[in-house]
Amino acid sequence: MLKLDHIKKTFNPGTVNEKAAIRDLSLHLEPGDFATVIGSNGAGKSTMFAAIAGSFITDSGSITLNGKDITFAPEYQRSRVIGRLFQDPLKGTAPHMTIEENLSLAYLRASRGSIPFSRISKKDKEFFREQLSMLDMGLEDRMKQPVGLLSGGQRQALTLLMATMVPPLLLLLDEHTAALDPATAEKVLELTKKIVAKNHTTCLMVTHNMQQALTMGNRTLMMDDGRIVFDVKGEERSRMTVPDLLEKFRIGAGKELDNDRILLAAED
Amino acid sequence: MLYVVQTALELGFMYALVAMALFLSYRILDIADMTTDSGFVLGAAVSVTCAAAGHPVLAVFAAMAAGACAGYVTAFLQTRMGVPSILAGIITNTGLYTVNLMVMGWSSNVSLLKQDTMFTLFRDLGIGGGFYKMILAGGITMFAGAALVWFLGTRLGLSIRATGDNRDMVRASSVNPVFTITVGLCISNALTALSGAVVGQYQKSADINSGAGIVVIGLACLIIGETVLGRRSMGRNVAAAVTGSILYRFLYAMILKTSIVPIECLKLVTAVVVALAIASPSLREWAGLQKKKAEAKKRRGQSC
Repeated sequence: MLKLDHIKKTFNPGTVNEKAAIRDLSLHLEPGDFATVIGSNGAGKSTMFAAIAGSFITDSGSITLNGKDITFAPEYQRSRVIGRLFQDPLKGTAPHMTIEENLSLAYLRASRGSIPFSRISKKDKEFFREQLSMLDMGLEDRMKQPVGLLSGGQRQALTLLMATMVPPLLLLLDEHTAALDPATAEKVLELTKKIVAKNHTTCLMVTHNMQQALTMGNRTLMMDDGRIVFDVKGEERSRMTVPDLLEKFRIGAGKELDNDRILLAAED
Repeated sequence: MLYVVQTALELGFMYALVAMALFLSYRILDIADMTTDSGFVLGAAVSVTCAAAGHPVLAVFAAMAAGACAGYVTAFLQTRMGVPSILAGIITNTGLYTVNLMVMGWSSNVSLLKQDTMFTLFRDLGIGGGFYKMILAGGITMFAGAALVWFLGTRLGLSIRATGDNRDMVRASSVNPVFTITVGLCISNALTALSGAVVGQYQKSADINSGAGIVVIGLACLIIGETVLGRRSMGRNVAAAVTGSILYRFLYAMILKTSIVPIECLKLVTAVVVALAIASPSLREWAGLQKKKAEAKKRRGQSC
């Protein structure tokens, strides 16, 4: 499905700010894989996502999605088949456009991408209503309101809907619930599980919650210093506990895990 | 008096196309497009020159195509060459001055004498009697406005709106901002040129200086219209551009008639109005802060 083959990326090469964000990273995701990603501060989790989504072109190595080499494909072409959610709920929607217009844009681009003058029909609007009511946030009755009036949680749920209404080949979730209050975060997470399970979407999710990293999805990746230091799935994963995970990290990375947010979350 | 009202309506409709173009570039794409001044003259020059050659209808389409090309140059400079957007417009604007002279046969103005214009052709159809100019100008503007509203609801139109609204979102959602900005600027400059084309044939002449300050006047029209009608839906916004433009021309006619403000000062007054209107959010914020400060000072004074 998704294959990262020895990708590398160094930012600001040759300057004092030189930073090797990804050093020799390889990853193979099977169709339907739902992998959680966990790692220390600056481990390269978001950089890996940016590389997959095409925010920059990698220095070396190749990226293959669904059998197609996308190493040099521009970002806007990749995003036709890759859905992406950020930590910041404001990043995924256009605030001055209505809920309906935001959904229309996402829907038209994904379903009828080649026709520039396509418009949404009455039937499409009914479909949007149906989809919005699934979120259970009362948004189906506010379709004519600008998205800027919604709360962060509502905007993130809407973004999730926009990214998955037409199922993408790959869904990238970069701590998409971290900026939400706990109750809303829980709700958005439940929605994520439901939608991913329904479409069997291949999915990568960064989280800072160790428990979540083990219970969500079918695979866990740990990253440190621009590499994947630990990759577990199947039965071995189902038997693992949070202390096991910390121990594995110490062995893989040769040091203790130092993500302040993870450690704070672990104290809960 | 009727004559004044009629002229104000005619001019209002024709210049409303510039306000619409600025609505697209300034409000939707969030780009202050300085190509507008020369783009307007380009439209007039192409239109009058073509009409002089005996093709008054073709002239309008040629003018729009020329405007779109000017928009493309500005867009190319800012999206592909990394020229800051304001500077890109100014560069194109400067270059167009020469192009405009060239279009008019290296002369600073061209006039139509006995040749047909689209207005005389329309008059000969016998529709509207004495109001034929207003009907034609209004018809063109209404049609362009309706087409613009329709377009903004299509996939491409929505993509253009999202580009101006949230760049982060656009980057993650398969919209190519280079393409949408280019299309947006081509359309907005085609509208500006259309305005120049209609005005040129209406006045039966094109002048190299007729576009000076048109961008500020267009913004003034847009702001007046938005103040009157509000900025809720796309249809309302486009209607605001037309309404604002007509109101501006009424004010202009009134000032001309009554000389409350000397007519030479009109550009300065327009500039001040536009500056104040665009600065109003900052001014309001500053006033709010001063008020808060004064209140805090007063409270502290009492507690001592």
